[in-house]
Amino acid sequence: MIAFDNVAYSYGGGELLSDISLRLAPGSFHFLTGPSGAGKSTFLKLCYAELLPTAGRVTIFDREVRSINRDDVARMRRRVGVVHQDCQFLDHLPLASNVTLPLTVSGREANAQDLGDLLQWVGLHHLADALPPQLSGGERQRAAVARAIIMGPDVILADEPTGNLDWEMSVRLLTLLVELNKMGKTIVIATHDLNLIRTAKQQVAARVLRIKNRRIQLAGADL
Amino acid sequence: MIREMPARALFVVSRFLRVDRHADRVVPPNGPSAWLTIFTAAAMSFLAVFALALSLASGRMADRWADALANTATIRVSAPSDQIDMQTRSVLDVLATTPGVASARAMTDDEQRALLEPWFGPDLPIDALPLPRLIEITEDGAGYDAEGLRQRLAAESPGAVLDDHTRWRKPLAVAAGRLRLLGIVSIVLILGTMAAMITLAANAALAANAQVIRVLRLVGARDSYIARAFVRRFTLRAFGGGAIGAALGLMGVAFLPSADTAGGFLTGLGFAGAGWLWPFALPPVAGLVAFGATRFAALRKLKELT
Repeated sequence: MIAFDNVAYSYGGGELLSDISLRLAPGSFHFLTGPSGAGKSTFLKLCYAELLPTAGRVTIFDREVRSINRDDVARMRRRVGVVHQDCQFLDHLPLASNVTLPLTVSGREANAQDLGDLLQWVGLHHLADALPPQLSGGERQRAAVARAIIMGPDVILADEPTGNLDWEMSVRLLTLLVELNKMGKTIVIATHDLNLIRTAKQQVAARVLRIKNRRIQLAGADL
Repeated sequence: MIREMPARALFVVSRFLRVDRHADRVVPPNGPSAWLTIFTAAAMSFLAVFALALSLASGRMADRWADALANTATIRVSAPSDQIDMQTRSVLDVLATTPGVASARAMTDDEQRALLEPWFGPDLPIDALPLPRLIEITEDGAGYDAEGLRQRLAAESPGAVLDDHTRWRKPLAVAAGRLRLLGIVSIVLILGTMAAMITLAANAALAANAQVIRVLRLVGARDSYIARAFVRRFTLRAFGGGAIGAALGLMGVAFLPSADTAGGFLTGLGFAGAGWLWPFALPPVAGLVAFGATRFAALRKLKELT
């Protein structure tokens, strides 16, 4: 689904990621951990072609990212749901319009019943008309998850999705992502919250990757 | 391939201007660039109306001068007062046998007085002044040989000088041509300035909405989709501004002083007949300029932003 072959990424003269080779198999669940600035967000951005590798090959859905033109990158992103820590909404549009934005930009109409069910699933059905600035951190994160999955993506990438949430809300969000994984979605969560990882491992067979010294390693049994 | 280009251009324009309420909504509706675009288009269209008026008036003026002067010439007969009638008859005889001259007649004292009246007033004592006699010649279709006629007049009536109006007509035609060119250059400059201003406004709008663009790219929006939201908006604003400016310009031209009060060149500055239709082309042209400028700016900026 997504493959890295000897990938490196340099920025500002320094190498941030080096010699990374791995495969994200369909239906797998990965945590990506490491200290702040280790390159977790960079890794995720390489996964949806926001960044291009400075060395090596990144293959997304069997296509090497360098060979994909901008329109095809846009089409590819409809198959990859991304949840950012800061969520990134259009603040002038109500929540429902933000959640259906991936459908809108691909020229499809949202089914009202499906949207209602989705908002119900993430617990935001009563806030469909609210503007993003009116939402709490947890509500924004759940809205971001709803937006990420509305197109039925094959992969969901979450960058510190619980960074601004309390523990209860973090577990609730994690549960949503675990449920999605059980539906067959590939999940990658970048986080430095080890408690979250331990909680998740009680629910799902997750692989934990750690970025250390610019390289990705499989984390030990301590996790 | 070349024949397909207009159809392709029409397709691109229609696709970009197609009403897509979703695409229209994804970009926040208001901002300083909105008023800047409308004002720029209005101001430029207003100026373009006057440039058009100048250009069309110059053309009409050149045509008028050409029509009035092209088929006529004048012979000035200078001689002592006791010989002037004889010299005049001699010249008329020469003209009567000159191929290409349809008719020739000596102007009367009243006609000559009328010609001099603007400079010397109505009470000119024409009888007391040693004025030359003027003979008006009208050419036939083929025209006469001016150089041959000059040589004949020099031989048979030494005091007669042929003025075929060339030395008047030529600088007038050149001046009118320059004025017309000036008008066209002004219109081109106005459209270029409008394109530059709208490009700047579009760039400002795109930069101000960088976050919106990032979100749209993140959820899979293609560049053409994002650009369309901006292009449609700027095109409609420029069209609206162009219509306002053209309307104000037309009113300005319509209320220019009339010939009775101003006279001179100003009497011709304006539109005549079908010329009044030209300013109605300005709003669509403003829209097209905005369309091209915004599309160019948007597609280029999008590559920088994401």
